[in-house]
Amino acid sequence: MTVPSLATTAAPVPYARRGSRWAKFLRHFVPPLISYILLIAVGIMFFVPFLWLIITSLKPADQVFTIPLTWIPHPIMWRNYPDSLHHSGFPFVRLLRNSLNYAVLSTIGVTVASALAAYSFARIPFRGREIWFAITLGTMMIPGVVTMIPTYLIFKWLNWVGSYKPLIIPSFGGGAFYIFMLRQFMMTLPWDLSDAARVDGASEAHILLRIMLPLMRPALMVVVIFNFMGCWNDFMGPVIYLNNTDLYPLSLGLYAFLNRGNRAWHLLMAASLIVTLPIIIIFFLAQRQFIEGITMTGIKG
Amino acid sequence: MAKGKTAYPGQRSLWERLPRQLRTDIVGYLFILPWVLSILIFTAYPTVASFVFSFAKYNVLQRPRFIGLTNYVYMFTRDTRLATAVYNSVYYTFLSVPLGLASSLALAVLLNARVRFVGLFRTIYYMPSLVPPVAGTLLWMLIMDPRQGLLNEVLHFFGLPRLGWFSDPQWSKPALLIMSFWGIGSGTLIFLASLKEVPHELIEAATMDGAGSWRRFWGVTIPMISPVILFNLVMAILGSFQVFTSAYVAGSGSGGSLAGGGPSGTAGGPLDSLLMYMVYLYAQAFRYFEMGYASAMAVVLFLVIMAATLLIFRSSGRWVYYEGGRR
Repeated sequence: MTVPSLATTAAPVPYARRGSRWAKFLRHFVPPLISYILLIAVGIMFFVPFLWLIITSLKPADQVFTIPLTWIPHPIMWRNYPDSLHHSGFPFVRLLRNSLNYAVLSTIGVTVASALAAYSFARIPFRGREIWFAITLGTMMIPGVVTMIPTYLIFKWLNWVGSYKPLIIPSFGGGAFYIFMLRQFMMTLPWDLSDAARVDGASEAHILLRIMLPLMRPALMVVVIFNFMGCWNDFMGPVIYLNNTDLYPLSLGLYAFLNRGNRAWHLLMAASLIVTLPIIIIFFLAQRQFIEGITMTGIKG
Repeated sequence: MAKGKTAYPGQRSLWERLPRQLRTDIVGYLFILPWVLSILIFTAYPTVASFVFSFAKYNVLQRPRFIGLTNYVYMFTRDTRLATAVYNSVYYTFLSVPLGLASSLALAVLLNARVRFVGLFRTIYYMPSLVPPVAGTLLWMLIMDPRQGLLNEVLHFFGLPRLGWFSDPQWSKPALLIMSFWGIGSGTLIFLASLKEVPHELIEAATMDGAGSWRRFWGVTIPMISPVILFNLVMAILGSFQVFTSAYVAGSGSGGSLAGGGPSGTAGGPLDSLLMYMVYLYAQAFRYFEMGYASAMAVVLFLVIMAATLLIFRSSGRWVYYEGGRR
């Protein structure tokens, strides 16, 4: 007989070998112990950099690089935060306004357009629907690098380079992945409500707005959160299209702050934390949608 | 269906007189109109145009001049910086993708084994993925500071030598790898969710047949989640071939800029050791305004990615299991 594994140890083994009590103990406790040790070790490796970010952001300038390392800043410099916000190299209010402008407008556009398209794909049996849906899936396979240069040239021709238009306007067409996800979600919603409304003579727009939208809130939240985060974190788009420092979003502002003469790491870390914080807050407020969104991207893809 | 109040055919509006299917078509296309326009303008046209521009010399100011295969010939025979960029990207992809996938799967398996505090561990592993890429790169540049960074002091504590990391051409790419490793948490979440979907009966049946945990893992769990592995693998390859932000920020911030630091420079890190394919493409397009040459680079990367994806999908028949037979 093979060695019984964890799941079967509960079954009675009447005439066990000598020392089996010890073996049983080992089998019961060692594997979980090892996995806990591994989990905690990795957890520390993941968490310490984070901790270092916080610690450094609270240090006086002369304690950033010390031997031995300084784990508890003395004194704790809370004023690094206001200092980094008022630093001439990091015009926070303007950067924040630009980031919000970008993220909010783009998110409104992408959510509306994606919901419209997804509804059409899920519920309106127009001719050519399958083909367009297949094309939609196909576009997900095309890496952004192929479309980057001609898209830039379009915006150059429109004289939009140097503004947020090239970053925001395309969102108003929707996003392939969001459309796919919303459509899959709508397919799972019951038909009876919308059918009843249709019999009563409601238009498709009415059905979408009044009946489907409230039911779709969790899926729409995923779109909103992911797109907002995508814009907030976006670096390449702004680097390509924005050349005027007045227009920089937070991501670029942080980068410009890094490249300004002597590096004030304590202020840089305070600024980094300030840029990170909104995302973390969103995560904890909408943790469920967040995790659903991440796993949906993986499983249903 | 006609509304109740339209009693006489003659009173029906033009819209209501249209055949029903046609009305459905019109409404349907109206709803997807923004998306269709977006596909045409921002996907279809640029994809075709990239191929066209790749045969031209085009600096935006003058009209494109078609020069046949010159861009490609130059790429493959003369451009030594491109060779460096290809080497860097391949190095990065070949190490970060398998290592990242294997370790995020391993973490997920550990978390799935009825551990306590799953929520806490999950949050800790996922937190780094929430840090905006620029902020994360800054943090790692500090941690891997060549002088007295946190990591060097840890190495020193264990009796190992302090390293130059981003400022040392030999260690800059490993530094980038370590940084990418910090972000495997989202992969772990995806794997964890898929592990939860593996039917319990299958595991139990395998146990009854005397399969140990190792056999169960390779014989049941892995095949059951293989579609997710496939998806993550493809996505990881797409992502790592196109890695930009971390390499760009670390490269230009570590004294490796060629045209002066800051957002106007072309960041390649020390001796171009952080010059990733995308960073070089960006420089060609938006710093040197060699749109034709950059397009050729984009086309080549596109073909490589497509070939890699196709190869994986082709081979997937052998290792990916789909419920209900092959689809």
